[in-house]
Amino acid sequence: MAAQRQMASTRETFGRTLLELADEHPEIVVLGGDLNVSVFTHLWRDQYPDRFFDFGPAEQNMVGVGAGMAASGKTPFVSTFAVFGVGRPFDQLRVLVAQPHLNVKLVCTHAGILTGEDGMSAHGIEDIALACSLPGFTVVCPSDAVEAAHAVRTAAKTDGPFYVRLSRANTPVIHDGGYEFKLGEAEVMRDGSDVSIVATGVMVSVGLDAADLLEQEGISARVVNVHTLSPIDEGTILAAARETGAIVTAEEHLAHGGLGSIVAQAVGRSNPVPMETVALNGYSESGRADELMVKAGLTPEAVRDAAKRAQKRKVA
Amino acid sequence: MRDTSGNGSGAGATPGHDAESLALLARELRRDVVQSIYTAGSGHPGGSLSELDILVCLYFREMRHDPANPRWADRDRLILSKGHASPGLYAVLAKAGYIPHDELETFRKLNSRLQGHAHPMVPGVEMNSGSLGMGLSFALGCALAARMDNRDSLVYAILGDGECDEGEIWEAAMSASHHKATNLIAFVDRNRVQNDRHTDEVMTLEPLADKWRAFGWRVFETSGHDYAELLDTIGSAKRGRTQPSVIIAHTVKGKGVSFMEDNPAFHGRAPNQEEFEAAMKELA
Repeated sequence: MAAQRQMASTRETFGRTLLELADEHPEIVVLGGDLNVSVFTHLWRDQYPDRFFDFGPAEQNMVGVGAGMAASGKTPFVSTFAVFGVGRPFDQLRVLVAQPHLNVKLVCTHAGILTGEDGMSAHGIEDIALACSLPGFTVVCPSDAVEAAHAVRTAAKTDGPFYVRLSRANTPVIHDGGYEFKLGEAEVMRDGSDVSIVATGVMVSVGLDAADLLEQEGISARVVNVHTLSPIDEGTILAAARETGAIVTAEEHLAHGGLGSIVAQAVGRSNPVPMETVALNGYSESGRADELMVKAGLTPEAVRDAAKRAQKRKVA
Repeated sequence: MRDTSGNGSGAGATPGHDAESLALLARELRRDVVQSIYTAGSGHPGGSLSELDILVCLYFREMRHDPANPRWADRDRLILSKGHASPGLYAVLAKAGYIPHDELETFRKLNSRLQGHAHPMVPGVEMNSGSLGMGLSFALGCALAARMDNRDSLVYAILGDGECDEGEIWEAAMSASHHKATNLIAFVDRNRVQNDRHTDEVMTLEPLADKWRAFGWRVFETSGHDYAELLDTIGSAKRGRTQPSVIIAHTVKGKGVSFMEDNPAFHGRAPNQEEFEAAMKELA
């Protein structure tokens, strides 16, 4: 049985956290692309109209304007849906933001298949691979609303390009108010010795539920929350490989180029252990978020089974 | 009234230049352009030579800037959107004192700051470039930031005419007038030649002035090589700004080197030795 947890919106948290940063960071400007109510930047738009610019659904221009503002000393938060914010202006992110290492904060909501009914074109499931491919971009995929607030605050305070990946759906809250977020340092949420579940985003809570299932079978699973995908915390991942001897990665993103690829590269280079990846292997479809997660195999049971496969492959 | 006297300690802007001395200066810089591309063995002479007189007007007459303090917050900015024409910008920046003149020899070479397409690692270069269509958006970002900070800086952008095929140019054009970026002045280097062929053959741009007007811009047209007319037009664009302004500068691709003029072959290739010697003789 999955644990009962409070649900909260990472995107609403983003919008409300921005408001809290407004006075402390007068250099923050918010750029929107006609989806401001959905990404919750309408809160900022209504309160700080002089520090808000709408560009309509024209994301290449929006990112380009953000780069020019960053080069002029502003901290632009550019926000839209993941499919429109990462894929559409990818070359602008590459040439105008990553190559000159400008202080543009891209915060996208509606990432992953949790976006649901709008269907495959609306499911941003390539965005981690794209964002992590850009040298110098910090990429954060918060596991819950508490972590999302930390990620947004940290992005505002830290110089350089950021991508923060958020969801449409409310997601389980797995951190309490005392949580200390450390950018670039993965969080061990549960210790274990037989296998490690290395997860990001919403799949961290799924991984915690999988660890409960494994415990019922006498298997001790470590759960690692990789909120920062770039730069990756190899130390915590390699410790998990060394100390538990098997890894299953879990992400709500395509298998190719996401967390599984990143972990495999680190582990393969330094400490090869059996690995399984729980991820998307193709495009999804229209449907309720919970239905899509089940159909895609992004469930505690699927993570449990993958963990057992990885554990069985361990060399005695 | 915009204060144009505050040039910090540097001597980059020299308002004393008249049309005649600017033309002489441009002749010297055209030699630098041809020389640097020949030395590199690759590059884009056509657009570097067509844009040059615009750059000379801006850096040696019109812009408020300080080569000793390239990041001066109150500077006017020039965004070279057609970044392949970097040799023209590098020649101007060297002459203005942003970079040593000798550095032009390192263009496109390993460990040089002078990348094939201009990058802001070079003092005086504002934007990374090389993918067309991006400069007007970036310039708009600079213009809006200046306005938010109550700075009276102007932001100039130089766009290629072939570059206006890019959709992002028109996204930026629409949003610049929507956001009333009156401190933004764009040039279109209308040299009528793009990478493969003449612009009319690749993609119809006309009626170009009407397009800009329809997007909410003030439109000026001028020769891009006649200094008196060019300076007069820039002066008009600076006055009475209630919209963003675009100056369609009618230019000649490869201007100043007879066999490069209006010749698509010299959009993106260096002269060989014989061509180099002939070009330098013409520009002597």
